[in-house]
Amino acid sequence: MTQNSGVPAPYSLLAEITHRCPLHCVYCSNPLELSAPQTELATEDWLRVLEQAHALGVVQVHFSGGEPLDRADLEQMVRRARALGLYTNLITSGLGLTRPRARALADDGLDSVQLSVQDAGAVLSDSMAGRKAFAAKQQATEAAREAGLPLSMNVVLHRLNLERVEEIIDLCLSWGAERLELANAQYYGWALVNLERLLPSREQLEKAEAVYQRKKAFLRGKMELIWVRSDYYERFPKPCMGGWGRIHLTVSPDGFVLPCPVAKTIKTLRFDSVQERSLSWIWYQSPAFNRFRGWDWMPEPCRSCSRRFEDFGGCRCQAFALAGDAAKTDPVCQWAPDHALVEAAVARGSEAHRASPSTPRESKETFRGLVYRHLRAS
Amino acid sequence: MLGDLTADSKPSLVRKARLRYEEVRKTDFLLLPERVVKLNPTGAAILRLCDGTRTVREITKALEAQYGQAELEQEVLEFLRTVADQGWIE
Repeated sequence: MTQNSGVPAPYSLLAEITHRCPLHCVYCSNPLELSAPQTELATEDWLRVLEQAHALGVVQVHFSGGEPLDRADLEQMVRRARALGLYTNLITSGLGLTRPRARALADDGLDSVQLSVQDAGAVLSDSMAGRKAFAAKQQATEAAREAGLPLSMNVVLHRLNLERVEEIIDLCLSWGAERLELANAQYYGWALVNLERLLPSREQLEKAEAVYQRKKAFLRGKMELIWVRSDYYERFPKPCMGGWGRIHLTVSPDGFVLPCPVAKTIKTLRFDSVQERSLSWIWYQSPAFNRFRGWDWMPEPCRSCSRRFEDFGGCRCQAFALAGDAAKTDPVCQWAPDHALVEAAVARGSEAHRASPSTPRESKETFRGLVYRHLRAS
Repeated sequence: MLGDLTADSKPSLVRKARLRYEEVRKTDFLLLPERVVKLNPTGAAILRLCDGTRTVREITKALEAQYGQAELEQEVLEFLRTVADQGWIE
């Protein structure tokens, strides 16, 4: 049952409970303007959000951040989520997932853990994360497995690690992952800042995808492999979030409700907070959630394109970030008026890749000039 | 693994999968880390009986009693093989 004709109930909630994080990954998808710790929602606000999400029809909650383990009340939230029958998933760097904590979370009903890794070895992995973390991640995978928690892993792929995709897959298998998401970087937030250093060449991508295909067939039944495409190299945009306000909602650490984790970067929209409105009102009634629902808002070439039912015009945040207007066709689309912007970035990526050695040496030089995720001094 | 599921197998949901009846949509779902699978009432009834102690034959009998039908075994086996292929039961 929906409260607004044609608007379906949401399935999943991404609860970004903090932007604090021990890592400083150069491609972090969090916005450049991170929420300051003092603006974070209190425990009771999050418990109310979980209840309202459940009442709306949400069946799955992903606790994320930042590093969700940085909050001591995570266990309380997991307990409430499970009491409501929600499927609970923890998205973590692994730092802070000690044996006692993994055990406590499993006892509280946590359904699964998704842990990130940056590369196949400690030196490069730690260099991308901006601190020593690799050993702690391995320990976290052991803690999760000992607690009986199903383990998924994910790695963001880019120019500096794509050529080691086979070693990365083997590492995750040896760490006991049941599922591995090989996610080519999407250029938002910190990744967009570092695009010139991170965007791979087409040849790199194609080689890595061939490795993925081979390993996927080989590992069938042992570990599930998922390949998230690099949308800059596609002819058509991704169906971002399955459509604006159709399936998913995100709540930011300071309580703003967003159709996707990046949407707050769209400065022309005003988003509502759980401190002022109910989730139900925000999902069904708020101007921001209704702004890009359906097809009427679409410009040409989307409006008359048969693909609009599949890709929903692509990503609104990307349209805003690249073309300066969230209501434009995603510039990734080969038919978008602003497609030249993406072509130019791809050309720069390929050029930079040709100009530098294909496999980065494990030296500081490889990482010089990259901007690491940090809280802005206010 | 249930690569060769038979009437004597005792399937159960894998640890990461959870069955849930969702009240807003009045629908059964199989919930997984990154996936929500909508089930029809029969599929949900079959999976609800997969507790690792009942054989497929026993599951079938229970369903036949529940629905007042006979000879459901082939249907149940086919459904469970599809689910096993996805890695959702073991």
